[in-house]
Amino acid sequence: MKRTLQLLAVLVVLVAGTTWLATGANRGWTKTSVAVKTLDPVTGIDGITYQKKFQPGVDFLAAAALGTGLLAGVSLFFRNQKQTTNDK
Amino acid sequence: MKNKLIITIALATFASLAYAAPQSFDFKDPKGVNNAVFKLDAPLESINGSASGISGTVSFDPENPAATTGKIVVSVESLTVPNPMQNGHMHSDKWLDAAKYPEITFEAKSLANVKTDGNVTTADVSGTFSLHGVAKDLTVPVKFTYLKGKLGDRVPNLKGDLLVIRANFIINREDFNINKGQYEDKVSPTIDLSLAIAGASIAQ
Repeated sequence: MKRTLQLLAVLVVLVAGTTWLATGANRGWTKTSVAVKTLDPVTGIDGITYQKKFQPGVDFLAAAALGTGLLAGVSLFFRNQKQTTNDK
Repeated sequence: MKNKLIITIALATFASLAYAAPQSFDFKDPKGVNNAVFKLDAPLESINGSASGISGTVSFDPENPAATTGKIVVSVESLTVPNPMQNGHMHSDKWLDAAKYPEITFEAKSLANVKTDGNVTTADVSGTFSLHGVAKDLTVPVKFTYLKGKLGDRVPNLKGDLLVIRANFIINREDFNINKGQYEDKVSPTIDLSLAIAGASIAQ
C-alpha cells in the first residue's frame, strides 16, 4: 500500500507537470477559455470571442503538488512490507 | 422665372437642412464585434477581459460633430475573463453585483477640443459614467470615424452609414464603491478601459 501511494504521488506530479508544459507552460492562473481576435475589415475593430480551451496555470501545479504531498504524507502511515526470510 | 428661382432656393435650403440633420446610430451590433476591453493589474498576471453586450444610441452630425450626444450601455453579465473563478467573483455581489447593477453606462453630454480631419473627429467627451450604482462625471478622449455609405459592406441588403467610436480611459474602482480600500494588494484599484464599437444608421 505504501509503495502504491508513493507511485501514485509521483504519477500525479508527472502528469500535472507534463500537462502544464504541453499546454504552453502558462505562468498565470488556470484558464478554461482563450480570447480570439477577429478583425472586422469594414470598421477595423478587433472583435473578441472566447473559445473553450483548458490552459492550466500555476494554481493547477500548486493543486497537483498539494495532492502529491498528501499522497506521500499518507503513505508514511503505512509500514514497509516485512521481508520474509526462510532460513532453515 | 422668379417663382422658379425661389422654389429652387427653398428646395436647396430644405435639402441642405435635411442633410445637416444629426443621424441616430444604433450600437446594438448584429455581428457581435463591438467590445469593451478592461485590464487590471494583479500580482501574478494582469486580469484581462472584455464585454460584448453593448447597446445604445448616439446622435452624430458629420457636419457638426460638436453637437454629438448619446448613451452607450454595457451589460455587466457580458463581462468575461478567461478564468472561471475570477469570472464568478467579478459578477458576484462581492465585486460588480451584476444582479443588482446589470448595466454600465456612459451618457455623453458635451464635446470639447473638437478636431475633424476628413472623416475622423477627435474630441474630449464629457458625460456621466455609471457603474455599480454610482454615477460620476467624466471627460474621455474619443475618436469618431464616420463611414458614409459603408453599412451595406457590413450588413448586406442594408443601406446607410457607420460610426466607429474608439476610446481609452482609466477609472478607479474605489470611486464606484467597488471594494473601496480592499484587496489593493491583489487587484489594482485602477482599471484600464478600451472601447471599440460601431453603430449603424439605416438610410430611410
